[in-house]
Amino acid sequence: MAMYSTNEFKSGLKIMLDGDPYTIVENEFVKPGKGQAFNRVKVRNLKTGRTIERTFKSGDTAEGADVVDVELQYLYNDGEHWHFMDQQSYEQLTADAAAVSDAAKWLKEEAICQVTLWNGIPLSVAAPNFVIMTIVETDPGLRGDTSGGGGKPATLETGAVVRVPLFVQSGEVIKVDTRTGEYVSRVKE
Amino acid sequence: MASDLWRPEATLSTLRLRAELLAQIRAFFVARGVLEVETPILSAAAIPDPHLASFSTRYAGPGPLDGRALYLHTSPEFAMKRLLAAGSGCIYQIARVFRLGEAGRRHNPEFTLLEWYRVGFDHHQLMAEVAELVNQLLTDRLPLTQEVEWSRYRALFQHYLQINPQQAGIAELAACATAHGVSIPPGMPTDDADPWLDLLLTHCIEPQLGQGRLTFVYDYPASQAALARLRPDDPAVGERFELYLNGIELANGFHELGDATEQRRRFERENTVRQELDLPVMPLDERLLAALESGLPDCAGVALGFDRLVMLAAGADSLSAVLAFPLDRA
Repeated sequence: MAMYSTNEFKSGLKIMLDGDPYTIVENEFVKPGKGQAFNRVKVRNLKTGRTIERTFKSGDTAEGADVVDVELQYLYNDGEHWHFMDQQSYEQLTADAAAVSDAAKWLKEEAICQVTLWNGIPLSVAAPNFVIMTIVETDPGLRGDTSGGGGKPATLETGAVVRVPLFVQSGEVIKVDTRTGEYVSRVKE
Repeated sequence: MASDLWRPEATLSTLRLRAELLAQIRAFFVARGVLEVETPILSAAAIPDPHLASFSTRYAGPGPLDGRALYLHTSPEFAMKRLLAAGSGCIYQIARVFRLGEAGRRHNPEFTLLEWYRVGFDHHQLMAEVAELVNQLLTDRLPLTQEVEWSRYRALFQHYLQINPQQAGIAELAACATAHGVSIPPGMPTDDADPWLDLLLTHCIEPQLGQGRLTFVYDYPASQAALARLRPDDPAVGERFELYLNGIELANGFHELGDATEQRRRFERENTVRQELDLPVMPLDERLLAALESGLPDCAGVALGFDRLVMLAAGADSLSAVLAFPLDRA
């Protein structure tokens, strides 16, 4: 893999640190009036999502990480792994629980997901920002309540639980923002 | 997007502010009888400081320099000292200077330095004058207490990090960095404390310096004296100072070293370090050394980053916001 000099550092560049792939979030060049210059970088671990600070002597290098973001179609879960397909090449890739993580509860078959690959292997999976799902179970709400205030838990077809307004019933289809886990609206089928 | 890069990055009101500040600076020095001078940007010699990289170009044309490398100055210091040695008296210059590899939120490889020399001043007298000028320029433009803070380099480290920078070994400096959440950069030297002190200074101390008032740091470790004279305290210190405001380094000054032999020794040592680091060895400025030989009047000098001053005056957060055309639009 390519080596990158601190002169090439910028946000979004993927580099290896301590054996893990990281993405540069912020890069700051600092130098005292006279003396050694440094690049002070904020980097996010692409495996754990944790952000840390690292410092390099300016002019030093870091190894690049072979990390790319691709759009893959979610196929199915075999109980242990999640299977995805590249819609152009029809190549299939499997992701483990660590990679899928919180996205698992939003994955519906055929959903197009952004998958981050490290050395060709899924490292993390982001669910689509919005998903349309059927409510499989929720308490019958108070008839006539249209305010949406308060709300109640509703279980979706994938097992995810979201708070929905009282007027929303089992069997209805709703739109959910996966980034916040919040109900957006009902969807007419 | 790309089509907009012909436009200036600084607003026109910021450019007017630059012009106003330049006019005020010139009035300040005229009133004090300090002479404005201009010296060449190109020189056949260059500064050997391993932490400074000079742009170079090749001259082609009439004269003995045909085919020779010329360097763009990183500051007008050497030429101005030659004027001082020739009897110019107190002088100042507003110069465009060039430093390879320095680009970031507070750096542009081409920038404007205000540099001045006061004959008969030591670094304390010059610091007082710097404070007077900067306070005068910035007072109505940002919240600023007129009261100035002063701290010796050693006291600064004792205050912020509880270590003695002139005694601490590498292990102690590394432990201090770790204790303050600073990651140790790969490849730090095991036999030179200065890069470690620079690491601690830039990461742990500088951001806290000069909040709402001018803070001068002075009397640097002898190893960081640069072009300042040494004072044989125990341990010896370099009579050098730096000015900070709102966490930003604004100026660097010296009670100037006038000893030609000592100056040559420092240059040669810096070139040796360059060789060790695989950096090009710089041709020494023999004309500066000859000028020192003939006699530099006792003086103090300072270089102030004009663009950073404008940045503070404009309330901007990056240098590019006060430059008409920063590097990416140049």
